[in-house]
Order: sequence, then structure tokens, then C-alpha cells
Amino acid sequence: MVEDPRGAALAREGRLPPERVALVDLLDRLLAGGVVVSGDLVLSIADIDLVRISVRALIMSVRECETTPDDGMRR
Amino acid sequence: MITVNDKGTYLYAVTLDTDLACPEGLAGVAGAEVRAIRHAGLVAYVSTVPLEQFGAEPLRESMEDLDWLGETARAHHRVVEAVAEGKPTAPVRLVTVYSDDEQIRGLLSRRHDDFVEVLSRIADRQEWGVKAYVDLASAPPSEERATGAGGPGAAYLRRRQESIRGREEAWRQAAARAERIHDALSSFAIASRRHRAQDPQLSGRKELMILNGAYLVEHDRGEEFTRLVEELRGPGVDLEITGPWAPYSFTDLADPAEPEVLGDG
Repeated sequence: MVEDPRGAALAREGRLPPERVALVDLLDRLLAGGVVVSGDLVLSIADIDLVRISVRALIMSVRECETTPDDGMRR
Repeated sequence: MITVNDKGTYLYAVTLDTDLACPEGLAGVAGAEVRAIRHAGLVAYVSTVPLEQFGAEPLRESMEDLDWLGETARAHHRVVEAVAEGKPTAPVRLVTVYSDDEQIRGLLSRRHDDFVEVLSRIADRQEWGVKAYVDLASAPPSEERATGAGGPGAAYLRRRQESIRGREEAWRQAAARAERIHDALSSFAIASRRHRAQDPQLSGRKELMILNGAYLVEHDRGEEFTRLVEELRGPGVDLEITGPWAPYSFTDLADPAEPEVLGDG
């Protein structure tokens, strides 16, 4: 049996905050959609970078959640 | 070197210039006030933002901070929604920052026709998102087999063979199914686009996402569209609908006449 991908168990148990799931849908649109303009921008981060960086942020945050104690109340 | 006093102009969305005023008291990214820049028959909705937060370098770090990213994305979205309430709105990609208002005016002049074209394309239309999931672990038997020749014994053998071919076949079927669902929704919609399927870690579901589609639908046909989605639900496939959204996925500007050089490598 292959080990669950990280975060999947968390999600199955319904502990993935719903606002985070919705954020993923929002980021699909905000990072891959919307008018792209170029020239004169202060910013010069390539689009692909933004997507990669933010997805990494999301995954890392899921991993952080995963390492918290099961009861989640210990603090 | 960025100093505390350096400011940039953050762009959220562009609309045609109408009599409608800028939504009042609207807070944008970093809590900054939202204002309107009117130029060349267009309106750009912007905020003044500190470059120590919205410069290229600080952003590289901030984009990895989920709290910051979430807050900024929601603030951007809130502004787009508020503007889109009143009139056709072309949302702009997250964190698009110019060095001043003058550059925004330049943009509105330079790309005027392209903005007008996009805005007419999305007028009175909304975007819906549809995500399809299959549980490959419990993939249902294929439909073709039910009508196959032979008795229960032959059917059993076929079923065994199929389980040996296993995952690959299930994948193929899932992909074909995604294709059918997407085709059905696309033929109803004015335009459609497929986003990359979300990683299970991000979708928050263990099932495989086989479709992450966006569909541009006439404003008054939203209900019809959601009914169509209901009809496409079937055993083994779960469909999730999001929206209506401002038309984020349908605002591609025509390519500029002369390709502008991107600053990054």
C-alpha cells in the first residue's frame, strides 16, 4: 500500500480549513488568469515563478499543519 | 535600494469609463484605499502601495508566506468583486505593480483597444468553475462491458483482465470522462478554459482531480449551467462547482503589436 500523499489524510478527516481550499480556487484564477500586462512594471517576476512559489507555500503550510499534535489542543 | 517612502501603484482591474462612481470606502491590498484613474475612456482601479512590501524583492519572500498571500489574494478579489458588481470588469493578474499613476495612464492609452475588446467579450457574462474528481481506487466497471457477448463466466474473465490492466485503463477512462464533461460544458458556454488540475494536497480531497475547468456563461443562464453540471454527475465522478466569478480566466489581451521585453530571466 502506497503511503498517502502528505495532507491527504488531513483533508479526509476534514481538518483542512475550508478557507484554504477556497484559496486554492482563487489562486488558480489570480495567478493563472487576469489581464497580464508588461512593460514599466515594478515587478518582473515571471508568471510561472508566482505559481510555483505560491503552490510551494500552500504545500508547506499543509505540512506544518500535519506535524501539529493530533489533539491540536496541547498548547 | 528601496526606501520606506517609495510607493508603487497596484492595479486591480480595468473597466470602461461609465457614470458609476468608484465604490467608496473600499480597502484593497495592505489595507490601502482603492481609487480610480480615469483615462482614455477607461478606468483603472488602483491603490498606492509601499514598495518595501510590493517591490520585486520583498515579494519574492512574501509570496511564500501563505498568510500574506491569502490576505493579498482575498483583498485583490474583494476589490474586483466590488467593481464587477456594477459593470463589465477585466481583472488584472495578482500583484501587478507600476511605479506611478502616469504609467497606468500610459497603459490605458497603449492598450486601449485591447481592453475594449476584452471588456466587450465578457460583458454580461460570468465565469463558473467546475472541478471533477474520480476515485480511482473504486473505479466503476466500464459501460461497454455490460453489453458484451458471453455469459457470466466470460464477463468474470473480462473483469479480471480489466483489473490486471488496472490503473492505466482507469486513468484512460477518467481522462476520457473529463473530456466528455468538459466538451458538454464547453458547448454550453461562450468560452472555456482548463486550469491545471490541483494537487490532492491542495484540493483537500483524496480523489484524483480530472478536470479543473472555467466556463464563461451568459449572466442570465447561470442557473441553467448549474443544472447541466448536476446532470453530468454520475457514478464514480463527483463534480464541484464554484462561482460565479468575475471573468478571471477570460481576459487574455491580444498580443501587443510589438512584444515588450519581460524584465526577468
